[in-house]
Amino acid sequence: MADTHSLFFGDEDGIKTPWQILGFALLVLVLMGVSALIESNINPYVQRIIVNCGIGIILGLSLNLVNGCAGQFSLGHAGFMAVGAYISAYLTTVLMPFGGFFQTELGVGVAVVAGGLAAALSGYIVGLPSLRLRGDYLAIVTLGFGEIIRIVFLNISAVGGPRGLPGIPLASNFFWVYLWAVVTFAVIYRLIHSSAGRAILSVREDEISSQSMGVNVSHYKVVAFVVSAFFAGVAGGLFAHYQGFIDPNTFNFNRSVEVVIMVVIGGMGSFSGAVIGAILVTMLPELLRFFAEYRMVIFSALLVLVMLLRPMGIFGRHEIWEASWLPKLKRKPKP
Amino acid sequence: MGALMGGVMRPVFKSRNRSFLVFGIVFLSLVGFVNCTKKGDTGASAQADLQALVLGEFGTMTGPESTFGISTHRGIMMAVEEANASGGIQGKPIKVISLDDQGRSDEAVTAVTKLVTQENVQLILGEVASSRSIAAAPVAQKYKVPMISPSSTNPRVTQVGDFIFRVCFIDPFQGKVMAKFAAQNLKMKTAAILRDIKSDYSVGLADFFAEDFQKMGGKIISDLSYSSGDADFKAQLTAIKLKKPDVLFIPGYYTEVGLIARQARELNYNGVLMGGDGWDSAKLTEIGGKAVVGGYFSSHYSPKSDKPVVQNFVAKYKEKYNGEVPNGLAAMGYDAARVAIAAALKSSTLAPTDLRDAVAQTKDFEGVTGVISLNDERNAVKPAVVLKVMASNDYEYVTTVNP
Repeated sequence: MADTHSLFFGDEDGIKTPWQILGFALLVLVLMGVSALIESNINPYVQRIIVNCGIGIILGLSLNLVNGCAGQFSLGHAGFMAVGAYISAYLTTVLMPFGGFFQTELGVGVAVVAGGLAAALSGYIVGLPSLRLRGDYLAIVTLGFGEIIRIVFLNISAVGGPRGLPGIPLASNFFWVYLWAVVTFAVIYRLIHSSAGRAILSVREDEISSQSMGVNVSHYKVVAFVVSAFFAGVAGGLFAHYQGFIDPNTFNFNRSVEVVIMVVIGGMGSFSGAVIGAILVTMLPELLRFFAEYRMVIFSALLVLVMLLRPMGIFGRHEIWEASWLPKLKRKPKP
Repeated sequence: MGALMGGVMRPVFKSRNRSFLVFGIVFLSLVGFVNCTKKGDTGASAQADLQALVLGEFGTMTGPESTFGISTHRGIMMAVEEANASGGIQGKPIKVISLDDQGRSDEAVTAVTKLVTQENVQLILGEVASSRSIAAAPVAQKYKVPMISPSSTNPRVTQVGDFIFRVCFIDPFQGKVMAKFAAQNLKMKTAAILRDIKSDYSVGLADFFAEDFQKMGGKIISDLSYSSGDADFKAQLTAIKLKKPDVLFIPGYYTEVGLIARQARELNYNGVLMGGDGWDSAKLTEIGGKAVVGGYFSSHYSPKSDKPVVQNFVAKYKEKYNGEVPNGLAAMGYDAARVAIAAALKSSTLAPTDLRDAVAQTKDFEGVTGVISLNDERNAVKPAVVLKVMASNDYEYVTTVNP
């Protein structure tokens, strides 16, 4: 891991660290303000959709790393989400060590990170077979993994088994979800724009030639899986503490497909695509409630329409800030 | 990145305008959405219109379990249409807003949040599955809007809080009913249990059956388990057959029950088969064939009952839905809505908290599924019926067991 430096601190032209910290502090303040505004002014139903969008954004961005950037087709994202959700909810609801610590907002934050780490570990385990498999075969392995996770939780009575786990403290809110969404975006964006990221992109473009160029293909595939699984686990933890109730059925195959749709609709490999895709996939079914029982039909038809008009997804591999009609505030691309 | 993408960028460039058109449309619709909700919001913050009763319903209208939601919905709509035909509440018609949750507990939470905070419903009806009721009930409790579940039998549903009710009996009661029926009506001495270890419902039923059967002088000589999704039960059934129990109690769902019955008969086990309302499906005889004929199960109601309220309901339902015989879920939906409407008629105002008090006082309500009284735990105290499987999708009413 000679590239850890560039992984966490950006390339040589990156912003200096103190400025990053200041920027982050500013961001936290802004998010807190927006959060307070939203919670006091907006209808709880709309709030719920907005927060669900945020959870979707984390899921979409993290899956985009594996499916879009590393080019490994994974269908098991709900599995990672389930690990994060169950581990964190188990800590805050059933286990509750250290007195009431895990009932406080900070404790829940720690539990969410623990859920993310557990998911990262499982991402490592799934990443291993991905060294040997590609394309459809990998998709089947990850799909199988997602189902295994779900069925394991279905059989553990300590977390409620098929009944589900109720009474999870409701600690996630707009602030925490969107803070994590920003962190997810920043970490994955920096990762992809580091030398490690270029290696990941080269694996997507052509595995054999990147290997012959000296890129450690298996290493970067696993890195992509682990980072992606970590954030999926975090999203799961936030989800559990927002819903207050989880059951294995929540993390079934359909959930994985939903996340894949977010990424594909937005454009595989595009960050803004993953974000917009997540917002669309979360919001559209709610917008279409007007059509009652036909809403899922119309939702699916809209997805088909987008795919027909834009087979590469809404953004393709572009980003929203590359749009020609936007003022150019980005620095010039490096040579 | 720019250098890397340069080559890819060019060919797509042309369709870029189109992509932003798509994006623009989507964006505009989102803006429209926010505006709409804002309008709804001003209504929400103002005092809800208490002149007319608005019922909210959430259920599984799409997805693999949609038959549950659709049956319930039909029952609810029939009750509301009847009430509206006879003048509604204080001369105003009752409105129902139904939302789909796709059989997902997170969608159920969203749907109930919308019903309460945006549609300003005064009372909520739903869900069939206990897990979705348990997930959504905290929302109703938080905003102090009464919720009546038509058919969630898990005890924990109403334990969420004092605004959550149900009009069905709970799982422990079903176990008791079948134990009483086996020991006293059929005069059976020994029983074996084959429970679905993965289902809370099945485990609960099995435990209460065992407890009560032994209290009434019976003996449990074998207690084995399986997991839903299994297809081969010969190992357990061979062990059970050797002990020759009079009764084999299988408190599972129809798919496995059908297979178990089939394999038990193949092994020449000739005792009586029994179960709970998980048997209540047309699929039972489809899967089990002749093997399930002669089996007994507890259920919420019998369409063959000669009570006028039942006959009236069955006749009207058949007329409306092409001769379809209403199943237990439709009957429960009908009763849940009627309990709600009766409470609204008695209540001083139509404010949710007043409605809650009126629902809590429900006593000796003549429902299709029996006489309903709500106890202090907000559960219905009501009889269960025992049905006997006769032939393909044909059940004979055997007896009613009172609590």
